[in-house]
Formats: sequence, structure tokens, C-alpha cells
Amino acid sequence: MSFFKKLRESISAKAEAVTNKFREGLGKTASAIAGKVEELVLRRKKIDEAFYEELEEILIGADVGVTTVMRLTDELREEVRKRKIEDASELQPILSEKLVALLREGADEGLRMAESGTTVILFVGVNGVGKTTTIGKLAHRFKSEGKSVLMAAGDTFRAGAIDQLEEWGRRVGVEVVKQQPGADPAAVMYDAIRAAKQRGVDVLLCDTAGRLQNKTNLMEELNKIYRVIQREMPGAPHEVLLVLDATTGQNALSQAKLFGEKSGVTGIVLTKLDSTAKGGIVVAIRSELKLPVKLVGLGEKMDDLQEFDAEQFVHALFAGAIDKEAEAGSAG
Amino acid sequence: MAAFESLTSRLQSVFGKLRGKGKVTEDDVNEAMREVRLALLEADVNFKVVKDFIARVKERAIGQEVVKSFTPGMVIIDIVNKELTELMGGTQAKLAKAAKPPTVIMMAGLQGAGKTTASAKLALMLQKGGHKPLLAACDIYRPAAIKQLQVLGGQIGVPVFSLGDKVNPVDIARQALQHAKDEGRDYLIIDTAGRLHIDEALMEELRQIHEAVKPDEVLLVVDAMIGQEAVNVAQSFHEQLELTGIVLTKLDGDTRGGAAISVKAVTGCPIKFVGMGEKIEPLEPFHPDRMASRILGMGDMLSLIEKAQAAIDAEKAAEMERKMRAAEFTFEDFLEQMAQVRKLGPLDQLLEMLPGMGKLKQLKDIQIDERQLARVEAIVKSMTTEEKRNPEILNHSRRKRIAAGSGTTVADVNRLIKQFDDMRRMMKQFSTMMGPKGPKGGKGPKGLKGMKGMLGRGPRFPFG
Repeated sequence: MSFFKKLRESISAKAEAVTNKFREGLGKTASAIAGKVEELVLRRKKIDEAFYEELEEILIGADVGVTTVMRLTDELREEVRKRKIEDASELQPILSEKLVALLREGADEGLRMAESGTTVILFVGVNGVGKTTTIGKLAHRFKSEGKSVLMAAGDTFRAGAIDQLEEWGRRVGVEVVKQQPGADPAAVMYDAIRAAKQRGVDVLLCDTAGRLQNKTNLMEELNKIYRVIQREMPGAPHEVLLVLDATTGQNALSQAKLFGEKSGVTGIVLTKLDSTAKGGIVVAIRSELKLPVKLVGLGEKMDDLQEFDAEQFVHALFAGAIDKEAEAGSAG
Repeated sequence: MAAFESLTSRLQSVFGKLRGKGKVTEDDVNEAMREVRLALLEADVNFKVVKDFIARVKERAIGQEVVKSFTPGMVIIDIVNKELTELMGGTQAKLAKAAKPPTVIMMAGLQGAGKTTASAKLALMLQKGGHKPLLAACDIYRPAAIKQLQVLGGQIGVPVFSLGDKVNPVDIARQALQHAKDEGRDYLIIDTAGRLHIDEALMEELRQIHEAVKPDEVLLVVDAMIGQEAVNVAQSFHEQLELTGIVLTKLDGDTRGGAAISVKAVTGCPIKFVGMGEKIEPLEPFHPDRMASRILGMGDMLSLIEKAQAAIDAEKAAEMERKMRAAEFTFEDFLEQMAQVRKLGPLDQLLEMLPGMGKLKQLKDIQIDERQLARVEAIVKSMTTEEKRNPEILNHSRRKRIAAGSGTTVADVNRLIKQFDDMRRMMKQFSTMMGPKGPKGGKGPKGLKGMKGMLGRGPRFPFG
């Protein structure tokens, strides 16, 4: 059975609606990568250096990192030699197979929840990636699953940040633990964990101020927040999610590395994925830093936060190619 | 880690190879260009832009210039530098000014690019220039966005026009313009909601605001960390709104900022300002030549020197220099000098501006901790005036007292005193070597010399 067929079958087992949302959200990415690869394959029937170079450009153009792209094309060359492939069109399924493999490496995509008691999720990231919005959406999701949720307003720095989280609290009906602007964020976390224990809530979502990863002092502050959470509740934080803007380029790698060092990042939330033809950075982060993408933001609505699914992601990337192959299969 | 190697060091290693050769063949140029291509791609410069760029540089490099030159490596650096500077837009641009005030400036961009912060910084910049700006809050979508602008406006003392989040942004903009006229404000800065360039409804709203207030400047706010998508973002905003300029934000991060090159290349609009830092300080003008120099590893020396000139008192520096030569340098002077250096800004930012710093391995791993400096300061401040002036009298019992007073250990105090002595001895040697008048008693930021000494010792700083 061809790779695409397998992929298609494994996808069709999943709820059609979810896949559609994913596909819609990723429509841009899909047409960007798959369309171009397809066009390339049609135009250059032969596999030569120029072919590889154009392929590199397509992938780099989607923000898949340079290092990852070079590795990927090296592997493709290897496959081409081994399998004695001459026709470019045969390369396409191999490419998507490789992409899925990259994304799946050691996969455990779901959010890790506490076995008992409160699950603490800490959100970190640079300025303007959508941490507060993500927390609002996630609060809504947990709430609609019937869980009790509490949010901690750890961004005491940016003007209006506390109000923003409170507004989300009102919208989804979740309480916010806060102090005044300018307060020590670690103290807010301390209060929040106390409150979470006292009320026995299921999930505590901790907001933090956006910070650039090369600001030593601010990263130390984040480290303190992280340590306070660890100290006040054994086993917490259960997840530390780095929120990444999908339009971010190679700097995302530096973000993942440095935030990882200071706050033990366990996964990625990729926001604004609907905005962009890119999102290829997911592949780079996965292959270079081994961090799984746990959630993706696919739109502005409250329920547009989805679990990341590597197969669906690649399916969306190559939607056109898969459908075509299926047609060819049923015709033949 | 190779992936995080900066564009600077990448190009430095390429040109290092070229530098060693007497003559550059076409193969050498090709190899150098491959590296330049990869480096630019890693810096998030758009791949199409890179392609054109490489083609241009290659053409010029393989041409007669290099062959005739005695130092081909230098010629290539020069070509790359010039082409990069040109790509980013020649010399810096100024803000437009309406014939009849108020001058209307509209801010647009993706969510999270930093429009609201940039608006406040722009307002502060104008205010410092003697103008009377008005901020208009047209982001009715993001929760608390209006509040954010109001708080920032309050901090810098610039009025904010708002009609809450229930009124159409087009009406807010229109009324804000009327308000600015009535109140005699000469600049109106319109902060709009972040939106995706593919969101047609919201882009239409922007067009309507544009239509309603006819802005003199339409600034696209772009996050310096943006990747390949920069091109599409800039292009669609440009098509809808006829941008007049770009503001590049978060440039104080460790991003390589290739977006600067891409955005300019696709829109043709100049990058007018850059945003650095989270505190509300005026936007800084964009200097393409400096940015190109930074990319090429010449450091951002110009910015540093400018900063030093603004912050360091020339007279004090001259006196300091005299003292150093005469080996009269005391702990009091040491404190004074530290205060001057710190006026320049956080040390890690300072170091980044120095050329070659990125290449020094031992520096890369060092975390410059401002607290260490604070501890050094604490030690010196725990000395009596007499001790500061005559460090020779610092016996064991005095050192013990100082350690207790500054919350450090005697070993820390000893180390600092030893370094101080070494420094004095070195200065004395230098000044005897250079004669009574020294190498050049000319102008310029002399404080820098002392600072260099201090920074050079960085790795061996007490507690370092």
C-alpha cells in the first residue's frame, strides 16, 4: 500500500470535522509547500542538482530551518541512489514520508495531566506571540470538558496584560488570581498555587510576561517563577509550553533552546498558524530540538485551539497530492 | 551549535578563508557565495531576495574588480557590505509632515508585532522633539488593548483618544482626527488592531480608516523575528494601504533580523525606525549602514560611540585619563568610572555592539551578571574615604570589615584589591611606555579606553 493511502486511511478514521478545520487553517501552508513541490515535479521530470536546489528553496521558503532542509535533502539523495529513482514524481511520497517521520519522532502529543490533584501548565514565550490568548482559549476548552480552571496573571509588566486575562476570565467564566501591576510574578504564582490547592481546581494555567530570550535578568525572573512552582507543588509544572508565533523564522530555535534552559520547556504551542503559508518551523524545532508541538492555534475563535497531529499536518501539506493519488488508485 | 551561529561569524569565517589568499578564483567566489547564501537564509532573509542578492554580488565579484585588486577578500567584503546597505535602503528616512497639521500617522501590522508599544514610543519621540502628539485607540478587538494604550499614554504624558470598544474603528479614527484639530495637536498616531494580511474583512476596515483620515504616513510594524512570511505580509499590506515606511520591532533580541532586508526589498519602503527594549523609550532611527556593518561583523561601533558620547562626561574622562597616567587612580575614581560605563546600558548589550565579541569563545559562555558589578560596587562603597584614596592602608582587619559591610567574603575583597593593583601597575607601565603625553591626547570618547580595560578583564572580574 502506498504511503499516501495509508496516511489517508489513518486520517479518515478520525473525525472528519477536525480534519477539515485543520485543513482549512492550514490551507495556506498546504498550497505553499505542496503546490510548489507538485509544480516542481511536473516541470523538472529529472532529478538533478537544480531540482534539489529548488526543493531546498521551497522548504526554506516555508521556514523549515536550513539545517533541517540540508539534512532532508541529503537523505533524499541517499534514497534516490538506493532505490534508483529517476522520475521526480516518485520522490514526492518519500518526501512526505520523511516529513511525517521527522514530526513523529518520539511523539507524545497530548497534554500531560497530573494523575491526581491540580495540573499546572506554565506558558512562556517572547512578546506578542499570543500567550494570554492561548490561555484564554485553553481555559475555555478545559471548562467545556467540565474541569474546574484557575488562571494566574503572571504578566505584571505589560500595560493592560492583567486586564486582558481578566477579560478572558469573564468570557469563559474562570477566576483569575492576580496582584497589582509591577508585582513580583513569582509571588503571583505562589498565591495562585495556594489558591488552586485550597479550592482543589483541576487545572491552573499560568500566564507570564513576554520576554526576549537574550535578556538575562528577565530569564532569571522566569527561572524563579519556575522554581517557585516546582517548590510549592511537587510534580508541577506538568507542562511548560513555549508559545511560538507561526510567522517566526529561525529565531524560534534560539527561543526554544534558551527558554528550555531556564524553564524546562516540555512542548510548543504554535499560534496564528492560520495566518501563514509557513509553519515549517515546526519541522525544524522537532528535528533539531526534539520538542513536540502540543497545540496549534488555527483562528481567532475561542475553540480554534487544536491538538497537533503530525499526520494531519502533513496531510494538510500534501492534500492535493493525496487526493490525486486516491483518484488514480480508484481509476486503475 | 551550528544552527545558532550568527550571520556575522559565518561571514567572518568565509572571508577569513578569502583573506588568506593572494588571489581569488571564480571557484573561491562561488564557495564564498554558497556560504553567504546559507548565512542569509539562516538569517531569515527571503530566499528570492537572497537569490537576487547573490547573483548581483557574484557578478560584481567575479568581474574585474577582484582580479585587479591585491586584497580580493576585502573587495568582496566591501561589495557585500555595499549591496546589503543598498538593499536596506541607503540613508535613513524622516517622518512625513503634513502641510496643514495634524500630521496623521497610521500604524498597521500583524497581531503581536508590537504596534501599541511602537505607537507609544513614536509618541514619546515626537513629544521629545517638541511636538504635541495625540494617540488614538482603534483596536477594539483584543481584550484590554485600549487599556494598554491608555496606561502607556499616561506613563509618557500623551493624551489618548478612545471611544471604548463598542464603536466602529473607522468612526473612532475620524473623530480622533477632529479631536486633534480641535485640541491643536500637531501629530495624530492611530493604533489599529493587529490583523492577518489574509483576513479580508479586517483589511477592508483598514482601507476604510485610511480613506477616512487620509494619513500622511502609513507605517507597517514588523517583528524583527519574522521568518520567510515577511515578504507576503509586507506585500499584502503594501497593496492594500500604500505603506510609506516600516518600523522594525524587538531588534534588541538575538534575532539576525533578515526581515529588514526582505521587507525593504519587496515593498521598496524605507525602514524608518527600530524598536529596542520593552520600556517606553523613543523609537530609534534605522541606520542601514550600521545594520549592514553589524551583519558583516564590524560590530555596531557607530551606535556604541554615539551612546558613549551622549553618556560620558568628556571633562571627567580627561581627568580620569590624567590620573591613570600618573597612577593616581583611586577606588573613588574606579567607582566614578563604573558609574559612567553603566550609564551606557546593560553590559551584555554593550558587549554585543563591540566587533568580534561574538567570535570570542570565552565571552560567549559568560553571562554578564549585573549583580556581580553591584557586588564590586558594594565592596568599594564599604571602604572609608581614606581607604578609597589610599588603598595601601587596607590591612587584614580593614578588609574583614569591608567584607562584612558589603556582604561578601574577605577573599572577594582581596581579589578585587589585587586586580585593582594590577590595573594600576599596568597603567603606569603603559604611560611610561607612551611618554608623558601619551599616544594621542585628542578628542573622542576617552572613557572608552578605561572601559576597554575593564571589559577586557571581564572574564576575571571578581566573582566572574
